[in-house]
Amino acid sequence: MENKSYDPNTNPVKKPLSLQLDPSMFEPATPEEKKQQDVMSESTTFLKDGLRRLRKNKLSMFGIIVLLLILLTITIAPSIVPYGYEEILSVEGKRDKGAKNLKPFEFSKNEQRFIQKGGERFPHIFGTDEQCRDYFIRVIYGTRVSLLVGFFASIIVLIIGLIYGSISGYAGGRTDMIMMRIVDIIYSLPDMLMVILLSVVLPELIQVPKKSFLGRMGPNMISLFIVFGLLYWVGMARLIRGQILSIKENDYILAAKATGASPGRIIRRHIIPNCLSVIIVSTALQIPSAIFTESYLSFIGLGVQAPMPSLGSLANAARGGLQTYPFKLVFPAVMICLIVLSLNLLGDGLRDAFDPKLRR
Amino acid sequence: MAEHLLEVEHLKQYFPIRDGFFGSKPLKAVDDVSFTINHGETLGLVGESGCGKTTVGRSILRLYEPTDGVVKFEGEEITDKNIHALRRKMQMVFQDPYSSLNPRMTVEDIIGEPLDVHKLYANKKERREKILHLMDLVGLNAEHATRYAHEFSGGQRQRIGIARALAVDPKFIICDEPVSALDVSIQAQVINMFEDLQEKLGVAYLFIAHDLLVVRHISHNIAVMYLGHMVETASADELMDHPIHPYTESLLSAVPIPDPKIARQKNRIMLEGDVPSPLNMPTGCPFRTRCRYATERCAAEVPELTDRGNGHKVACFVK
Repeated sequence: MENKSYDPNTNPVKKPLSLQLDPSMFEPATPEEKKQQDVMSESTTFLKDGLRRLRKNKLSMFGIIVLLLILLTITIAPSIVPYGYEEILSVEGKRDKGAKNLKPFEFSKNEQRFIQKGGERFPHIFGTDEQCRDYFIRVIYGTRVSLLVGFFASIIVLIIGLIYGSISGYAGGRTDMIMMRIVDIIYSLPDMLMVILLSVVLPELIQVPKKSFLGRMGPNMISLFIVFGLLYWVGMARLIRGQILSIKENDYILAAKATGASPGRIIRRHIIPNCLSVIIVSTALQIPSAIFTESYLSFIGLGVQAPMPSLGSLANAARGGLQTYPFKLVFPAVMICLIVLSLNLLGDGLRDAFDPKLRR
Repeated sequence: MAEHLLEVEHLKQYFPIRDGFFGSKPLKAVDDVSFTINHGETLGLVGESGCGKTTVGRSILRLYEPTDGVVKFEGEEITDKNIHALRRKMQMVFQDPYSSLNPRMTVEDIIGEPLDVHKLYANKKERREKILHLMDLVGLNAEHATRYAHEFSGGQRQRIGIARALAVDPKFIICDEPVSALDVSIQAQVINMFEDLQEKLGVAYLFIAHDLLVVRHISHNIAVMYLGHMVETASADELMDHPIHPYTESLLSAVPIPDPKIARQKNRIMLEGDVPSPLNMPTGCPFRTRCRYATERCAAEVPELTDRGNGHKVACFVK
């Protein structure tokens, strides 16, 4: 065996026919040049990293822009449009009976006369409904109601699901088994049937002050929230339990135990931050499903109380004159579609950006 | 001061495995294991997968509640009451550097966590100084402190894990296969670092591994485990040069030799059959089902560890 000692400070002699590069052609790098190689990527936090990926996702950016536009419209429009959502149109103090079922941007005969005399009249952007109310402002208020319902219902689901799921997941063993069997039972109830039943029964049992916001929305809305609180949290609870179970198995939890960290510290510092992404994503995806349920219930007449509009009840009211005034169905329907679609796109984008299982 | 740093006496760790609907039967992960570790020394613990090496380490640290047996640290018995204080003196380095670091924490917070838990600093400045000192000790740059674990390579991650273990200034570190997830060149770096740290800080190790050459390199003593039992223990060179137990013999014959000429001449002892399930242990000696020399006595009695001179202890009737 050859056993020549190798001296790194001398260049080995190049053989004449060898393809080896001649080391004498190279010169050592200067300290400045070496420093240029030390470029490190900028340290990114989990949140920054996720948001960067979210920005790259064109579809979810589209969803965010549409949502922002809708939010902007429903906050600003009521202060620009001079009509109320339950206001029956009148011209110079007299009820305008001709302003029934107007087409978009159409004025009634009374209004045209008023304008010819030199008065100013705000256009009916979406026309009017059969009770001579401005339809645009009704759709705006309907969107407000639908978004509010979606948002609050998701928060209720999140809170109940988070507490139940984390207790079940962290405790494990028998506690976990019993809690999950309860979830299974609730899961097996037909949810639509329960919603309808509760919507019928609950209003009789609950008394809400008429003046309050909830009172104006009607007792059906409260029963809808209760239904969400009773039934829809199970999915969230299962999801969070599963997350916690899998995070619990990680070595860093064991490492924290080995350093002597308390269970509270382990949950706070190690478990919650690691399942945050799943929680955010599933809450974002929960909102459209709540909006959908609300629209559905309002459509079959169990949603918000008249005259408060919601997108579902507007669509239901439009059914009557569907042949003659199809636009009255189109506006709320398109609004529901836009909201649900953009929220779904946003939720999917969030999942792609934050779910650690899809990368690594 | 007690003679030994750590004494493990008749440690047993059984896990209940659900059997049918109601009953449960024990899985004997560790069955009657005893050993001692001296101040500043390393005990290498070897054995094949599933033989209970990791469980021994975790039982010592009370990450599992031991079924039976006594573990003494500096002559003091470890109980649930004093374990929190003892975790300042005993720490652990984990096998998988990818799952043992929280992906949502910066390096500074990971290394600082033991300091936080045991409140080992007076103010933020002192905490930061301690962390930077630890990072320097394991060969990490100060500018790594604000980074997240996923930005590092496997070897660097393992260094972070070691810095975390060193944070409380322990006297004893359990290294649970700390190099088996790393590639060979990084293994050497990390092992040399372990040795340097032992020289500098005087820590003792329980070094769990399955790579015999690594274990021989770093250990003062070696213990061999099979199916939850300790079958042989001796000083590193004695065990490697003169193995007595048939299991150790076959284990050593499987060590790869980096020279094909010698390797071809070598006589490999091939074991037949699979490792028995720890749920369904053979009677008597646990190794007898695969042992070339097994006799009737091996099936009837469990062999005890007996001293064959020079602290070389073997649990075998035949050899």
